[in-house]
Amino acid sequence: MSPSPQPRLTALDAVHRSLGATMTDFAGWDMPLRYGSERDEHNAVRTAAGLFDLSHMGEITVHGPQAADLLDHALVGNIGSVKPGRARYTMICREDGGILDDLIVYRLEADTYMVVANASNAQTVLDALVERAPGFDAEVRDDRDAYALLAVQGPNSPAIVKALTEADLDGLKYYAGLPGTVGGVPALIARTGYTGEDGFELFVAPEHAEQLWKAITAAGAEQGLVPCGLSCRDTLRLEAGMPLYGHELSTGLTPFDAGLGRVVKFEKTSNEGAFVGRAALEAAAERAAQNPPRKLVGLIAEGRRVPRAGMSVVADGAVIGEVTSGAPSPTLGKPIAMAYVDAAHAEPGSKGVGVDIRGTHEPYEVVALPFYQRQK
Amino acid sequence: MSNNPNELRYSKEHEWLSAAADGVSSIGITEHAANALGDVVFVQLPEVGDTVTAGESCGELESTKSVSDLYSPVTGEVVEANEDVVNDPSLVNSAPFAGGWLFKVRVSEEPEDLMSAAEYTEFAGS
Repeated sequence: MSPSPQPRLTALDAVHRSLGATMTDFAGWDMPLRYGSERDEHNAVRTAAGLFDLSHMGEITVHGPQAADLLDHALVGNIGSVKPGRARYTMICREDGGILDDLIVYRLEADTYMVVANASNAQTVLDALVERAPGFDAEVRDDRDAYALLAVQGPNSPAIVKALTEADLDGLKYYAGLPGTVGGVPALIARTGYTGEDGFELFVAPEHAEQLWKAITAAGAEQGLVPCGLSCRDTLRLEAGMPLYGHELSTGLTPFDAGLGRVVKFEKTSNEGAFVGRAALEAAAERAAQNPPRKLVGLIAEGRRVPRAGMSVVADGAVIGEVTSGAPSPTLGKPIAMAYVDAAHAEPGSKGVGVDIRGTHEPYEVVALPFYQRQK
Repeated sequence: MSNNPNELRYSKEHEWLSAAADGVSSIGITEHAANALGDVVFVQLPEVGDTVTAGESCGELESTKSVSDLYSPVTGEVVEANEDVVNDPSLVNSAPFAGGWLFKVRVSEEPEDLMSAAEYTEFAGS
């Protein structure tokens, strides 16, 4: 995919500009980075609520009598076992086991799924699904332009969305979705997110996005809701220990290398368990169990300098790993990072570990992920 | 929109320089620069007694997304560093032209290309 010269605009572009957002190019889209202080936005999501435009995410519909069989073949999860109205976090891998993308798959109806891919990988995922579809009685449809996506995240998000819909939100579990009307517009209401908080993702037609944004903003006014940009989304997901493609996940890693082997299901409801990448992933599973190379860990700074992706993790003067994501954590009040480190140094509390920050070895504590877990 | 004070002069690296009093000028980054950085979480300033050189890096500013070099707009000797901003880097965002000043220099040499407020406003586009 060649980057388009002009960034794409979401249906909410005029809203972002009227709010004075700082915009950034993200995977070819012009997206809000922050509206004011990204730390305030982060804290609002942890303590009240935040509203995000995530319309850059890539929706792909898979429909037909063999939709489940196609997805069981194309993805690493047991997609046939997902009940209608539920969702699953999963991945799509190459034949060699390398991760092409991480995905959320919603089973809308028995024969209809919506696959949500990262913006940067949406074309890759679409191409792979189309390539893997022959032989299955199912249609793969590019629905990237069919949806705008708004997310309401944070402890006050149920109260805000409840005020705008008749849908049974109390019956809507985490990783479930149901069609309904929110703020007067038809929406797929999903209880999913990427912040570590309770929240909702609302898929709507682009022409309804602005009406829904305004309805949520009004309903959230007394609930501490603020508009939130991608900058705080990144620190929220980092605190929650959630991987980001291009940082913790890549084609050079299998799900087992990323500590996410649990998403790979060798027992599946379709195709007698055959799927793209199976042989390589079986080997990767064995390697991870017997002799793991590097492990994904959390690092918490003792000082105040911030680790960034690509910096070396060091111990006794030797490089033992690499930072994949790093940021100042608003919740912990300290810099944090995710990093792949050699298994010998990956145990929580492992001594003498540091990050090489522009030539200085800054001391870091090795911890288990996540850094933050909400009280349920 | 930034309101760049008229009594200051400005560098292309988005630092401001106050008029010298007894040969000493205060230095900080502009509101435009602070807005571009986002929330500043860590500042490393030159130490008292250090010699700083116009256009050369003399410290760093870390924000949520990135780290940026801090440049001195003039050459001279550092006579004071703002400990308040070291303890509370958010001052750089909340008061870039006041409490968020960074360090003071006994100026020995000034480059000729420092800008007035009007010139800087045009240069920065805000």
